[in-house]
Amino acid sequence: MAQKSTSMGIKIKSMDYGDFKDNETLELLSRSGTSVLLSTIDSIVNWGRANSIWPLTFATSCCGIEMMATGAPRHDFARFGVEVYRATPRQADVIVVAGTIVHKMAPVLKRLYDQMPDPKYVIAMGACTISGGPFYYNSYSVLRGIDQLIPVDVYVPGCPPRPEALLYGIMQLQRKIKAEHPTGSKRETPVKPGENQAFRIDG
Amino acid sequence: MQEETVKNMILGEDDDYVVNMGPQHPSTHGVLRFEVSLYGETIRKVVPHCGYIHRGIEKMCERDTYPQIIHLTDRMDYLSAHMNNEAVCLCVEKALGVEIPERVTCIRTILDELNRIASHQLWWCAMGMDMGALTTFFYGLRDRERILDIFEESFGSRLLHSYNTPGGLMHDIHPGFRKRIVDFIRYFRKKLPEYDQLLTDNVIFRERTEGIGVLSLEDAIQYGVTGPSGRASGFSCDIRKIEPYGAYRKVSFHEVLRTEGDTLARYKVRIAEMYESMHILEQLVDQIPEGDYSAKMKAVIRVPAGEFFQRVETARGELGVYIVSDGNKTPYRIKFRTPNFSNLFVISKLAPGHKIADLVAISGSLDLVIPDIDR
Amino acid sequence: MPDAGFPANPQFSEILVPKDRYYDFCRTIKTSPDLFFDYLISLTAVDWNDHFMIVCHITSTRYRHTLVVKTRLEGREELSVKSISDLWKTAEYHEREVFDLFGIRFLNHPDLRRLFLEDDYGYPLRKDFTDETRMIIK
Repeated sequence: MAQKSTSMGIKIKSMDYGDFKDNETLELLSRSGTSVLLSTIDSIVNWGRANSIWPLTFATSCCGIEMMATGAPRHDFARFGVEVYRATPRQADVIVVAGTIVHKMAPVLKRLYDQMPDPKYVIAMGACTISGGPFYYNSYSVLRGIDQLIPVDVYVPGCPPRPEALLYGIMQLQRKIKAEHPTGSKRETPVKPGENQAFRIDG
Repeated sequence: MQEETVKNMILGEDDDYVVNMGPQHPSTHGVLRFEVSLYGETIRKVVPHCGYIHRGIEKMCERDTYPQIIHLTDRMDYLSAHMNNEAVCLCVEKALGVEIPERVTCIRTILDELNRIASHQLWWCAMGMDMGALTTFFYGLRDRERILDIFEESFGSRLLHSYNTPGGLMHDIHPGFRKRIVDFIRYFRKKLPEYDQLLTDNVIFRERTEGIGVLSLEDAIQYGVTGPSGRASGFSCDIRKIEPYGAYRKVSFHEVLRTEGDTLARYKVRIAEMYESMHILEQLVDQIPEGDYSAKMKAVIRVPAGEFFQRVETARGELGVYIVSDGNKTPYRIKFRTPNFSNLFVISKLAPGHKIADLVAISGSLDLVIPDIDR
Repeated sequence: MPDAGFPANPQFSEILVPKDRYYDFCRTIKTSPDLFFDYLISLTAVDWNDHFMIVCHITSTRYRHTLVVKTRLEGREELSVKSISDLWKTAEYHEREVFDLFGIRFLNHPDLRRLFLEDDYGYPLRKDFTDETRMIIK
């Protein structure tokens, strides 16, 4: 896989830059806020961070099985740097939220997210975490999308997404990390918690 | 009043140490919270708290038509998705009095047994992994991918199938179906003895499972523990033998029963069931009759007013579907009697007296899938 | 039992018992050696707008016969019926679920708490239940 350097000075490995025409957010990120011309040390640090993301063991329902299958011998994600799962949020880099989140589980998810040290990332895996999924209509307890709670970096659609889709999501996250400031930039929350009335925060 | 009841339930004696095995835990196989009251390392009391994945499926089904319900039943016990679908389809077909083609029953049974093997493979992975033997995770999932390949080739989806529909199947199987299954059986018959070599005769595994969590026959019936966990205690509850459905009348297989009732017995029952499933597959795969893949059904399915109940044997136990209909195209009330709901609460009887590491072994051997408890 | 009803059910034998004889009837069918109904398959409730119906499917492991026991609770408020959890242990949890989702109280239940939902939430499986903030109705 050749190293391609773009006109903005970001070295992104593993995929042709021309393939990413629809990644507007990534362009936005690199155009505003974060430093566009990264120095060598910064890019080495980012390369190290992006290629060793360790997730937290967090699987609620069906997507958890596909996440386990992604770690299985066929679609191994250890070759992407996701070497081990950490059981404690204090040692994890990314939380791959796999499965439906209901109102009873939401405070637990928020607490886990808060316990993770910076820089931390969130992958929303599966339709349930993006928007409520098959439970969007007529359910009284499903949270319609975890981006009402925590800021999400990558959305992986599917019900359940194929392991290859999750691998693509992880690769996207790696690209995002490489375009960032080495200590992790401040990300905006797409929807502020409490803004969408479908979720009531109690206490 | 509520708080006092809770306090009396949880705290045993004054010098007990109450620990949460919280909803996020690598070994609880989903979001289940155990409130464990410990004396040193010995468990005095375990109270499971569920509800962390309660999505209100039964209420949702009241506004969905019958073919749409199938897609929701997939997501209850996702490891035996095909059997869940089949339960609702059989109930609706029984209510309508529809005659299902022979081809459909044969294919449904074949896929049932494949699903059962796949589910037991995943159980084996997870149980070994919980005990610390990480190798089992890789072996089991490697072999499971073969079955998922068959599923994907047949109907496009690895895990959540929705291939059944009231009246039959969504579409016909592809011509290479039989060959794939024969190849898989040949492959897996060589691999399954490896599972025995890895875990069953392992000294550490034996120490951790022999005599742990003994469930007596009396308790199994009282708590309604069905499936392999119940059969390990001698409870003869296999619905495939009691009320045969599908093609189970035509095949011969043994109902695997044991009497010890401990964790090792539950383990051995599941391994033996994998052999039995392969035996059933060998009998059926060469004799798929020709015919339609679905009976002729109306476009909008209206179940006549009344109450209907159907039980099937999923990989974890007995799933009962109870439909109350008032003649519309959506059910008035649908109730799923799920196996994991009854299997879960027996932990509060099995675990006290053992160490906390044994709690992991016991809950692994009961093979719980949490969304099935909460629906 | 003179005041029991026998609704027509093509599948299983069904019996409708009055609320105050419900517990005694269940105890009789469990302990009698000819009937020996020792395995409770499921216990649930149905909301029929003016009354509720508790439905139990019980079977015998010895004789392999199944019975559906129903009892009728009139009205919509202050519903309660005697618990059968000392006869079949699994009923303890099925009854907790019915309490959680319907609001029917079971007397003499060892631990009647809500199972899935929060303490102050309504009873979702009732037909008149609405929740504007959490439900999106199609």
